[in-house]
Amino acid sequence: MTSSPTVHQPTGRKRSRVSLLSGWLDRLPQPAAVALVVVIALGLWQLLVSFGGVSEIILPSPLSVGGQIIEVVKQLTTGGFLMGQLWITVQEIVLGFLLASSVGFLIGLWIGQTEFGRKAVMPLFVVVEASPKIAFVPVFIAWFGFGIASKFLMAAFMSIFPVIINTAAGMNAASAEEIRLFRSMRASSWEIFWKLKFPRALPFIFAGLKIGIVSAVTGAVAAEFIGGGVGFGEQVRVAASRIALDRVFALILVLSMLGLALFGLVTLAQKKFAFWDSKKTT
Amino acid sequence: MDVDVKTSYRIADLTKSFDRAGVVALQDVTLDVPQGSIISLIGPSGCGKSTLLSIMGGLLSQSTGTVELFGADVEGPPREVGIMFQKGTLLPWRSVIENILLPIEIQSGKKAARTARPQAEALLTMVGLSGSEERFPDELSGGMAQRAAICRMLITEPQVLLLDEPFGALDELTREKMDLEIQRIAAAQGATVIVVTHSIPEAVLLSDTVYAMATHPGRISEVIDIDLPRPRELSIMEDPAFGRYTTRVRRALDRGHDTAA
Repeated sequence: MTSSPTVHQPTGRKRSRVSLLSGWLDRLPQPAAVALVVVIALGLWQLLVSFGGVSEIILPSPLSVGGQIIEVVKQLTTGGFLMGQLWITVQEIVLGFLLASSVGFLIGLWIGQTEFGRKAVMPLFVVVEASPKIAFVPVFIAWFGFGIASKFLMAAFMSIFPVIINTAAGMNAASAEEIRLFRSMRASSWEIFWKLKFPRALPFIFAGLKIGIVSAVTGAVAAEFIGGGVGFGEQVRVAASRIALDRVFALILVLSMLGLALFGLVTLAQKKFAFWDSKKTT
Repeated sequence: MDVDVKTSYRIADLTKSFDRAGVVALQDVTLDVPQGSIISLIGPSGCGKSTLLSIMGGLLSQSTGTVELFGADVEGPPREVGIMFQKGTLLPWRSVIENILLPIEIQSGKKAARTARPQAEALLTMVGLSGSEERFPDELSGGMAQRAAICRMLITEPQVLLLDEPFGALDELTREKMDLEIQRIAAAQGATVIVVTHSIPEAVLLSDTVYAMATHPGRISEVIDIDLPRPRELSIMEDPAFGRYTTRVRRALDRGHDTAA
C-alpha cells in the first residue's frame, strides 16, 4: 500500500518532465514556434551536408543557399536583370488571375443561377478542375507560342476553375428562409441577387480566388519552364541546368514569397468585403 | 355581421394541394379575421398552419378558394403585411439598424431608408435594444435577434402581422415576454396579428380566437374564442379561466388527433 507510490514515482516524474516540455512548446507564441521549427530543420539540413556525406552539388547547404538568397535579393533591389524577369512573371500571374477571376465569376454566376448550368455544365468543370491541368502547358505553347501570351493564359486556365466552381456554389448559399424573407418584402430578383445572393456568395468567391491566385503562380511558372525564353521560372530552369541548386533554392524562395504576397492581398480583400464571415473562415 | 368591425382577412373555401404526391395540405378553410384582433393557428406538424400563413402572406398561392385582405384578392405579398419567421434571419453583413431598414430600402430605396432611421431607432428603444444600432447580428443573443426582427417587421408600419412560430427557438420565459410585447405593439398600432404556434399557453395568452387545426387533410377543426380581459399580463396564466381555456384547446387538438388516427 505504502510502497507502490514510491515505486511508481520515478516513471511518473519522467512523464511529467516530457509533458512539461510539450506544455512549454504548446504555450509558445506562434511566430516563436515557427522560428524554432525552421531553426531545427535548417540545423539538421546543415548537419546532413557537413557531416552526413551528402554532396553539396546534390544538396547545397543552408549557408550557401543563404548566400544565394542575399545575392538574389541584392540583384532584385538594384533593379537588375533578375528584377526584369520577376516583373515579367508578376505580369503574367496578375493578368492571368484578373482574366480568370472576372470571366470565372461571370461563368460561375451563370452556372449558379440556372438549372441547366448546374445540371449540364458544372459537372464538366468539376472534372477539369480535378484533372492535372498543368499537363496542358504544351498545348498552350502550341496554341499561343513562346511569348507572354501562352504563360498568362496558362495562369488564367489554372485559376479559372476554382473561381467558377466556388462562385457557382456560392450563388446557392442563401437559405430558403432568407429568400422567403426577401420575397415577403416584395424584393425584385435583382434585389434578391444584389442584396442577398451576392453577399452570401462572397465567402465562397473569396475561397475560389485564394485557390485561384496560388494556381495562377503555378501555371505561369510551369509555362515558363517549358515555354522558356523569359520570366522567373526560366531563371529557375537555367540555374537547375547549371546544377546550381543553391541558386535554384533561392529563386524558389523568391517565388514562394511572391505567391504568399499575392495570396495575402486576396486575403486582405476578403477581410474587407466578407468581414462578417471572418469568424467562420479563420 | 357587426358593421363597425372591419375585416382584414376573409378566407373562403380555401384548399391547397401540392402536386407532387397529391398531398392535400389544406382543405375547406374558411375564416374571417376582424381588423385589430389577434388570432392563432395551432396544431400538430403537417396540419398546414404554416402553409396557410404563407398563403395569407402571398408567398404561396392557394389551389382553390379565395383569400382577400381588406377586400382585395391576395396576389403576392401585400403591402399592408409584415411577416416574421421562426428564424430571425438577420443578414450578418448588415448592422442591426441596416437590417431593420432593409424593407424600406427594398421598397423605397436607400434615401428613404436613411430618412426612416429615427423610426428604426425608436423601434429599437421600444424593444429594449437602444444602443445596439451599429452592432452586428453575430453579437446578439437569440432573443435580441428576434427583437431586431420584430423591429424590421414593424418598420413599414404594417396593419397586419403574420408570425410563423416567431419565438419557437427561444426559452419559455423570454417567449412569454415577447408575446406580451406583441400584444402591446398590436394594441398600440391597431394591428391585426395572426400567429402560428404549437404552444397552447402561447396561443391562449395572445389570442382573441384560437383556431385548432388537424391533419390528413390539414383543416381547421375547432374555433375557440378566448374571452380574457386585455391587456393581459403574465399573471393571467395563473387565472383558473386561463387554465380552462388551455384545457379546451388541448382537448380540441386531441379530438383532431383522434379523427386522424
